[in-house]
Amino acid sequence: MSIEWKEYTPEGEFYDELFSSAGNPRQPAKRLINYLSSLSEDDIISRKIAADATIKEMGVSFTVYTEGGNIDRAWPFDIVPRVISRTQWDKTAAGLKQRLTALNMFIDDLYHDQKIIRDGIIPEFVLKQSKNYRKECEGVRPRFGVWAHVCGTDLVRDKDGQFYVLEDNLRVPSGVSYMLENRSIMKRVIPEVFEKVNIAPVGDYPEHLFETLSSLSPRRVSKPVIVVMTPGIYNSAYFEHAFLAQRMGAELIEGSDLVVGDDDCVYMKTIAGLERVDVIYRRIDDLFLDPEVFQPDSVLGVAGLMRAWRAGNVALANAPGAGVADDKVVYAFVPQIIKYYLGEDPLIPNVETFLCYDDKQREYVLANLDKLVVKPANESGGYGMLIGPHSTKKERETFADLIKANPRNYIAQPTLALSTAPALISKNKIEPRHLDLRPFILQGRDTYVTTGGLTRVAMKKGSLVVNSSQGGGSKDTWIVDNVTQKKSQSQSQGSSDKTSKAGE
Amino acid sequence: MMLSKVAERIYWAARYLERVESTARLLSIYDKLLFDLPRQVNLGWYNLIVINSLEQDFNERYSVRDERNVVKFLLGDESNYSSVISSLQAVRENIRTTRDVIPPETWEMVNELTLYVQENLTQGINRSNRHDFLDNIIKACQQVVGLWYVNMPRDEAWDMVQLGQNIERADMTTRNLDAGVAAILQVEDDDFAVNSRQIIWGNVLRSLNADQPFRRTTRSSVKGDLVVRYLLADEDFPRSLFYCITQMADVASGLPKSKAVVTFLRQLQDEIPACAEPEELGDAFRDMLNTLQLTLAEVHTLIGKTWFLSDR
Repeated sequence: MSIEWKEYTPEGEFYDELFSSAGNPRQPAKRLINYLSSLSEDDIISRKIAADATIKEMGVSFTVYTEGGNIDRAWPFDIVPRVISRTQWDKTAAGLKQRLTALNMFIDDLYHDQKIIRDGIIPEFVLKQSKNYRKECEGVRPRFGVWAHVCGTDLVRDKDGQFYVLEDNLRVPSGVSYMLENRSIMKRVIPEVFEKVNIAPVGDYPEHLFETLSSLSPRRVSKPVIVVMTPGIYNSAYFEHAFLAQRMGAELIEGSDLVVGDDDCVYMKTIAGLERVDVIYRRIDDLFLDPEVFQPDSVLGVAGLMRAWRAGNVALANAPGAGVADDKVVYAFVPQIIKYYLGEDPLIPNVETFLCYDDKQREYVLANLDKLVVKPANESGGYGMLIGPHSTKKERETFADLIKANPRNYIAQPTLALSTAPALISKNKIEPRHLDLRPFILQGRDTYVTTGGLTRVAMKKGSLVVNSSQGGGSKDTWIVDNVTQKKSQSQSQGSSDKTSKAGE
Repeated sequence: MMLSKVAERIYWAARYLERVESTARLLSIYDKLLFDLPRQVNLGWYNLIVINSLEQDFNERYSVRDERNVVKFLLGDESNYSSVISSLQAVRENIRTTRDVIPPETWEMVNELTLYVQENLTQGINRSNRHDFLDNIIKACQQVVGLWYVNMPRDEAWDMVQLGQNIERADMTTRNLDAGVAAILQVEDDDFAVNSRQIIWGNVLRSLNADQPFRRTTRSSVKGDLVVRYLLADEDFPRSLFYCITQMADVASGLPKSKAVVTFLRQLQDEIPACAEPEELGDAFRDMLNTLQLTLAEVHTLIGKTWFLSDR
């Protein structure tokens, strides 16, 4: 018996990524579904097992913190990929570039002239009360005026099939290594499809990251010294830090490996002594970077690092203070920000957002808590949220109090009808599960967007929470050329370019 | 230039990997030795604990010094930092943190091996499948070493692998010799004595993979003084003390700031031939082996001071 793909039914109002209606795969997914339908149940099971074994052997893991210590958990992976057409993706990618370009201009403006505030586009108190605004960064001029060099933007598809930006992650976004590993797993697990479908490769990300980081080097040398700075092995994204360092041929370092000299330059401790560092791709939060400036008890950072950065002797990616632009109140202003700096309309819309500091909007939010999603302005990872339709009366009351006590710190959005895609639930059963998409955007001298991104899936039925720390899994994401057939790679003896007519 | 911390981790990864292999080999041939010896020779499994200087740790955990407990302790006991499982975990952690400089396949291989050992531990503790189990571990270790040998650029990372591997081998060789002498001292002077001594020395050679090379080099039957000379002072055998020390000195001389380390190693190298000609294979010789082990510990400290604690 094989999986009954014909009987797969997208649920109700949700947009399904692979099927337009029961039994009808969307154009870009047709070949995939044809192929999957041809597999027997045993085939599917053995491929699922192969995927799980591959994940274990490749050591793809993330760390979960529990009371009993840290557990390295294998990466939960669904073998049914998500497919997006090339035309739609190209539009989305252009929108992502536009967005990051505007956000970087915005950050640069905030730390210098603050024209956007003086021109009355954004109220001053939004900035004044932003947890991630860093006075220490005022007046600093990073190369190209770029502050957020690596951005992970979360996209969701609503029931209309349109992509919306849910949030921008401009501090230390993670997940890109899983995007890359998902692809290598799929190539091992269902290699046959890759011969039949034109799937855009994703493997060049580390190369682009390397180029981006190199372009930031303050020293004009042909081979700048680039390091990846990790908080260490107990960080949940350690796997990714090591992965990226390895793929880029950069050193993976911790704060204790670095020292800032009297000349305000950063050095790493090597077996031959000290060697100067040009670019630090840091994967630790601002507040841990430098105990001289931020948290004095931080052992993760390096004393004097901010001094070296302000003096222009080392590049930090992302630059300290870049997080000011992923405040969720700022998010609500991104359409205006794009208009202000670029004179363009945003190519990808925001999700409708209510700002609780505004009396009218707050009133609406408080009256509709059971329908809305309420988020704190400065948290990430899906923590501290209220999902109205799934909440209890008591939870809603708690949030009403929180909002009233600190309106600036809360925003609300309508509960989205997140799109779904079929996921393999048991041996031979597929069911719709909700998902989102995190593409990664790089900006230095040039701007680059990943082809696709990391698709995260809420593996629990009906759940909208995709975070891996909270039971989420992931899928490979395919950007598929609309040109249907992949040409066979080489000609063979006696073949001709003309197709011979079959029959009369 | 290589980070000090990375250097240290690679050095330890290589050391622990070597330790996994040698412990597995030691266990895999030990039961054959016990089968072959006449019953009069009172040699037990506990001897393996003594060789590895683990008496105290063992006795804190177990009261009975039988085969099962000894094998369990050396293979699967996580409280024993030298057990196969602990050593593998140490290899894994060190590789995990140095994946940017070591061939990427290493990580997968070490993962596979760790999973294999964890899942099949009982096979190793029970005697019937032990041989296959240990054999698989040994092969997997050799696979990693082979991968490194074929793929690693001959840079500082490679040098650290060499240093770690050779110091661990040097240490293991002196321990195996010590075990041999300890066993010989228990052989009573009776009709079986000559035969028993041969079995014991043959066993020492086999546990270091030295059986065949010994015969080809010495063209002699297995005799105590020849085995000692071979394992301490042979210039070509990769597990002889002399070879390991020479290798380390050669490798070190290509590294920065190496003067003190090289001087120390060359001096030790010069002393080895005399050590290899003891008047008698008795307690005095065992003391000398013990001193050699302490000297190797000094070498380790010196390496650490020179390259791992680097600052200004």
